[in-house]
Amino acid sequence: MKSAIDLIEEDDLEDLAVGCTVLAGGGGGDPRVGLLMAQHAIRNNGPVRLIQLSDLSADDLVVPVGMIGAPTVMIEKIPNGNESKVICKVLEKRLGKPVAALMPLEMGGLNGMLPVAWASLNRLPMVDGDLMGRAFPELQMCTPHLYGIPSWPGVLVDERMQSILIESSDDFWFEKLARTAVTALGGCGCAGFYPMTAEVAALPLIPNTVSLAIQIGAAIRNAEGDPFSALDQVIATYPLIRGKVVDVERRTTGGFVRGAATIEGLESDRGRVVRIEFQNENLIVLEDGKPLASVPDIITLLDLHTAKGIVTEHIRFGQRVVLAAFRSPEQWRSAEGLKVVGPRAFGHEIEYSPIEENYARIA
Amino acid sequence: MPGLLDLRVGIDVGGTNTDAVILDRNDRLLGKTKTPTTADVTGGISKAFEQIIAVSNQPRERITHVMLGTTHATNAILERRDLLKVAVIRIGAPATCSIPPLIEWPRDLRECVSAGEIIIEGGSELTGEPIVKFDTEAFKVFLESVQDVAQAVSVTSVFSPVCADHEFEAEAIVKEVLGQIPITLSGTIGSLGLLERENACVLNSALIGVARHVVEGLVSAIQRNNLFATAFLTQNDGTLMSLDSVLRFPVLTIGSGPANSMRGAAYLTKLRNAVVIDIGGTSTDIGLLFNGFPRESTTPVNIGGVRTNFRMPDLVSIAVGGGTVVTQGSFGVEVGPTSVGYRIIEKSLVFGGDIPTLSDAAVLAERLQMGVKPVDLKYEDLLRQGLRKAEEMIWDACSEVQTSKEPVPYVVVGGGSVLLPETGLDDVVLYRPEHFDVANAIGAAIASVSGQVDKVYKVGKLSRDEILEDAKRGAIDEAILAGSDPSLTEIIDIEEVPMAYLTEPVIRIRVKAAGPLSQL
Repeated sequence: MKSAIDLIEEDDLEDLAVGCTVLAGGGGGDPRVGLLMAQHAIRNNGPVRLIQLSDLSADDLVVPVGMIGAPTVMIEKIPNGNESKVICKVLEKRLGKPVAALMPLEMGGLNGMLPVAWASLNRLPMVDGDLMGRAFPELQMCTPHLYGIPSWPGVLVDERMQSILIESSDDFWFEKLARTAVTALGGCGCAGFYPMTAEVAALPLIPNTVSLAIQIGAAIRNAEGDPFSALDQVIATYPLIRGKVVDVERRTTGGFVRGAATIEGLESDRGRVVRIEFQNENLIVLEDGKPLASVPDIITLLDLHTAKGIVTEHIRFGQRVVLAAFRSPEQWRSAEGLKVVGPRAFGHEIEYSPIEENYARIA
Repeated sequence: MPGLLDLRVGIDVGGTNTDAVILDRNDRLLGKTKTPTTADVTGGISKAFEQIIAVSNQPRERITHVMLGTTHATNAILERRDLLKVAVIRIGAPATCSIPPLIEWPRDLRECVSAGEIIIEGGSELTGEPIVKFDTEAFKVFLESVQDVAQAVSVTSVFSPVCADHEFEAEAIVKEVLGQIPITLSGTIGSLGLLERENACVLNSALIGVARHVVEGLVSAIQRNNLFATAFLTQNDGTLMSLDSVLRFPVLTIGSGPANSMRGAAYLTKLRNAVVIDIGGTSTDIGLLFNGFPRESTTPVNIGGVRTNFRMPDLVSIAVGGGTVVTQGSFGVEVGPTSVGYRIIEKSLVFGGDIPTLSDAAVLAERLQMGVKPVDLKYEDLLRQGLRKAEEMIWDACSEVQTSKEPVPYVVVGGGSVLLPETGLDDVVLYRPEHFDVANAIGAAIASVSGQVDKVYKVGKLSRDEILEDAKRGAIDEAILAGSDPSLTEIIDIEEVPMAYLTEPVIRIRVKAAGPLSQL
């Protein structure tokens, strides 16, 4: 499939950022910081070519990149910018070949934008696709894990240009080592891992998600009247409740923002109370103790008036919202996928049930 | 302790007119006046006091409270005038260098405000440890390089809401190098979110001159009229602010005008849902009244093109008002952004001046009677096109605010509301309530008093719920102490700043409570 968009210019960045908050499921951090980094980078270094894997040679090196750590840290301790050069340098040295293209690890929040900034800065093309189709909080929650493609060697770089090359024995160890290192580095770090050749990357790639995010942003921006129906035309939207945030509890532990938000229904949903539990991303939605939606389906709080996504760290008392869910990419709905990113992977003892089935039940 | 509540005067100083209302304890309107705003703040406010006292025929001793709402700060930013030149310092390198300070500011505002920008090594991690050592030498060198231009200083250090050590250290160095100069530390003004906090901090420093001017003007006007009233300014969330805090945090008065006009519009129409269009002399603010309250922005708020992290009514502001200048540009008729402001009574055509304004256009369209002479017909085309364009700009902005398909009525308030025709668009009901012209002043007069708790709690001994209860109780007590009615005081804002990774977990909680002035 050929993507509709093949060049990311400054004008596309706002749309991409809006699309990222919708697809993020609350996680990935505020794309604003990534948006400004990308703007600054594109102004200084030019636009970014958005390519398909088929545009590369089979053994070209593709490196998925992004930041890992707590979104609350990323909106304060913004990167230096040159971390991405160190990521490429360290992996090129270790793998003995030049990086041919960068790609996003996840299509959500800050990490949907950062690869654009870094591709521009390193004058590399970016692959139209990612490894999650949304955002998830842990590093083994990437599609290559399902295919036995290793996350290592991977590299972590901080703003002091310190680098850590991780050679782990499996993806869970990689996650553990990287997470511990990130804590030592002050809560977030810039990373490149799951380095793959273009041929290998074709297997796990969730294609054209960068284009999808830009299209979501453009649809909401150009919506005449109801932005929710404009959104629904680009991606099937399952609204769960219209309401108001009446409580939000957040704590940053072990490099994650964990907590819960409570939403009280308004208008036709008056009388309903729904609770969302999150770990960076929104994990499950409960009503009267029963699950309405759960990972891997995408659960996002959307502004009641604009339909723009609200990231976990921006949930505030009094906000008017529509809580909506979107279908997860198919890869995650397999038995293998659910083992990695289903509700149990996050410690919630519930059975996953696809959102379209839940929705048919409640509607 | 504020005096017992009796009569209160609400004043709204706009770019063009100064409105005053006087309300009794039951919020009954006893009188209203409108006087031209004068270049000297004291004169205008003083005149407003004199007239409102005369019109309402009340003894001045009964006036116990004065609430001032002013767009001075907003207009200073929109029109890029009276702003101090600010030395912009961020402490955070080598982090944060991928986004330089003021990068998203409109270029003209940045040129007007910035006395120079720098990112210095330092700042804090989330744990409170330094990212790297604060480079005080580089900081001193920078301060010396800007000492001839800088009139104020803004210091924003990474994670200062968690640990402000480098900001305090910087403050001491600024005093040493530049002597007495207004300085804002970002940790005192905003929460987490480096860029928005930095923007707010820089704007605050730039506005300190404007704040002094307004506060001095208000205090002399009160003295000149022999009043013994407690004075407040209204702030962005529609609550009152002491004059002391205004001098330190003038940026918080931004957004007070719209909050006042929307609360005033709700008071006058009893509507719960509406688009409120507040047309002044210099600008038009459009916001959404949602269940009786201004809809607040869920995203960072844009002030004159700059993003900040304040809670404010979600507004669209456009440079269209009664005093807005209409010109023939090379691509057709242009409306604004300049305004003759309060000088409308000398500069506009109908007052014998030579600058075509939207008020002249409204006179020509017979929507307004004003001035001393008819409009010269050579301006007819220009003015008709200008008025049509202004109307279109306002309707466009209304549809931008109104994000649901359901029709809501429009309420137009403010002195400039005569720019609009009697009826709105085809499918919209347009309300122009009685006293529409003083909605802002009424909103200021009915503003509530607030109290705030901003405290770091150790988690462990107390549960989070107990901590929240304690903070809420504290904020309510503060509000009541400041004069809020105990039975009507409620929590209006809760904010938790997570402070993780510390061996002993702590959270920082800010809670704000507010209520109407107590009757007792």
